[in-house]
Amino acid sequence: MDFSPLHEASVLPVLLANGRVIDPVNGIDQVADVLVENGTVTAIGAGLDSERTSARRIDLQGKWVVPGLIDMHVHLREPGAEYKETVVSGTKAAAAGGFTAVACMPNTNPVNDNQAVTVLIRSRAAEGYARVYPVGAISKGSAGENLSEFGELRAAGVVAVTDDGLPVTDGQLMRRALEYAGNYKLLVISHAEELSLSRHGAMNEGSLSTRMGLIGIPSVAEEIMVYRDIALARYTGRPVHIAHVSTREAVSLIRRAKAQGCKVTAETAPHYFTLTEEAIGSYDARAKMNPPLRTADDVAAIKEGLQDGTLDAIATDHAPHSELEKDVEFDLAANGIIGLETALPLALALVRDGLITPARLVELLSVNPARILGVDGGTLTVGSVADVTVIDPERSFRYDVEQVVSKSRNSPFLGWELAGKAVLTMVGGRVVYSDI
Amino acid sequence: MDTEYRFTHKHILGLEDLTAQDIDYVLRVAESFKEISQRPIKKVPTLRGKTVINLFFEPSTRTRLSFEVAAKRLSADTFNVAASSSSTTKGETLLDTARNLEAMKPDIIIIRHSRSGSPRLLANHINASVINAGDGVHEHPSQALLDMLTVREKKGRLEGLKVAIIGDITHSRVAHSNIIGFSKMGAQVAVSGPATLIPKGIAEMGATVCDSVEAAVADADVVMALRIQKERQQDPLIPSLREYARFFGITQRTLAGAKPDALVMHPGPINRGVEMDPAIADGPRSVILEQVTNGVAVRMALLYLIMGGG
Repeated sequence: MDFSPLHEASVLPVLLANGRVIDPVNGIDQVADVLVENGTVTAIGAGLDSERTSARRIDLQGKWVVPGLIDMHVHLREPGAEYKETVVSGTKAAAAGGFTAVACMPNTNPVNDNQAVTVLIRSRAAEGYARVYPVGAISKGSAGENLSEFGELRAAGVVAVTDDGLPVTDGQLMRRALEYAGNYKLLVISHAEELSLSRHGAMNEGSLSTRMGLIGIPSVAEEIMVYRDIALARYTGRPVHIAHVSTREAVSLIRRAKAQGCKVTAETAPHYFTLTEEAIGSYDARAKMNPPLRTADDVAAIKEGLQDGTLDAIATDHAPHSELEKDVEFDLAANGIIGLETALPLALALVRDGLITPARLVELLSVNPARILGVDGGTLTVGSVADVTVIDPERSFRYDVEQVVSKSRNSPFLGWELAGKAVLTMVGGRVVYSDI
Repeated sequence: MDTEYRFTHKHILGLEDLTAQDIDYVLRVAESFKEISQRPIKKVPTLRGKTVINLFFEPSTRTRLSFEVAAKRLSADTFNVAASSSSTTKGETLLDTARNLEAMKPDIIIIRHSRSGSPRLLANHINASVINAGDGVHEHPSQALLDMLTVREKKGRLEGLKVAIIGDITHSRVAHSNIIGFSKMGAQVAVSGPATLIPKGIAEMGATVCDSVEAAVADADVVMALRIQKERQQDPLIPSLREYARFFGITQRTLAGAKPDALVMHPGPINRGVEMDPAIADGPRSVILEQVTNGVAVRMALLYLIMGGG
């Protein structure tokens, strides 16, 4: 595996030859060559090979060439918890997983509720391996009381706002956030959790939580808040994006709201369509996250939502933690798992199982995140920025602890045999990662 | 019994891990150990040279003492580590504490902890055998075993009996282990209590949930009351202890529907006049003190068996 950070990688012309080019925005799914010059896609077609000999040719027969994957929900932990992850280490993991851009959540220390923190994150990103879109806090300190300065955050480079990690408990504050975000075309992302129902919980509530003696988090804790935020979005006429959807009823609520024309979008994470609460096994804190892993019925509903368009995006909720937070009593362990390096193979399993097409996969991992966040990318249209991911759908690998690129290793997928892998990640024409 | 049977468990973390045959065997060994406590010299050399550490992160008189008496009657060397004097108050993690104890080469660590799953965490990281003496609201296997021993002594069997467990099922590790254990041994378990204290999915563990205490107690062979914790009033799970005592306390009236020879049990310590009328606790059907006596025998059996006896 070769990595080059953005500031060191060169922008030389590259011909991505003979790959299966999947660009849903333009309805393309065929074998073709993609020419990249000066950080831009300059031509797509067959036989570009003979026309331009100066470009470095990379033969991609049998591989997929898709617009760069965008993870709209990661935690990079900088500033404040650099022992878990940094902007540089997190974007390196992103590149290894095929992501050309990530949107990083504001629950850092200090919280990204002001332009100084945003500027710091962006300056760190200049030495990273992927584009970084900071997400600002809805409320100052994510304390749930007063609005952050959305205008200044926007000017500094924030693309969305959320108090992720915590819900916005106060309905009036959420309403005002939706309204005020409209002035700056900022997306509002909802971490949907009714705390009075979920507080102290460590896993999904049900017979397994009872059996294990752990305090449960009922699925209604998520669903009540999903409904509130849909209702507020409808009432204010402003868009809302629901993060990390994990339950059947939450999917149903979003499906119905969309049918009614409400401006709601939603994401889920690979673990919610791959694992059930049973993954906790004998108190394995690597399977502890918020919202918690749910039941097989919820997993089935998440897959239906990904198939029928109810769920717009797959985002990892990449949440690095060290052994300090995880090798403790289960209900004291921190929530969250890393996900950047496993998201693509886990999503490819949906394609292999015949649930979604490769084009739908690209929509979920690239087209829709770009559209929802209002950022570049999501297409290989000639003239667009050359953010490109090359996928080998046949390449299998064992996800072992030694090969984890992230600074943290808190993954329930360690030791899994995974099929499908990003083998080349290009950001603005720069090859930041290659494993061809 | 199959003569090929061997008890092969290294740890006792919960009754969920034991088969009916395992439970039967533990009870039989416990029965044979009861005689030792009747002797003038209450000691056998079975575990001489073995080191047993009582690692208690929660206050406990009865269980800690019971394990200590059991270990000493088997001639093991016992050491008590109480949370107040342990390093955890200085910020040491459970695993660091465990590794430090491990370095002193104990054979058995008996742990009580307020967090469910802590004994498993310990067992995953150290070489010594681990016995769960109560973890959070998960399990309390030795308590359920001594309850089953007591019932079997009095009734001659467990299979086909009806056991009613009344009270705070959600926060009771005793109830959880008893539901698992009695169900495995072929008894029928009915539970009742304020619906706020009946956890989701308890039926899947083998219990029948009854809305009224009377329904749970009807024709029961055993009526077990659980301790209600006073702080549950603030939670808010119950409005008052007064209302609880009136509708869920075990009284002469509630017992009327049980079998005439029904046993009354309580894992202790009792809030007299709340979950149980004092006249019942001290009455002829009560086997509460036999439970304590049998606790020593059951714990001797567990210590003996995980050290390779049997």
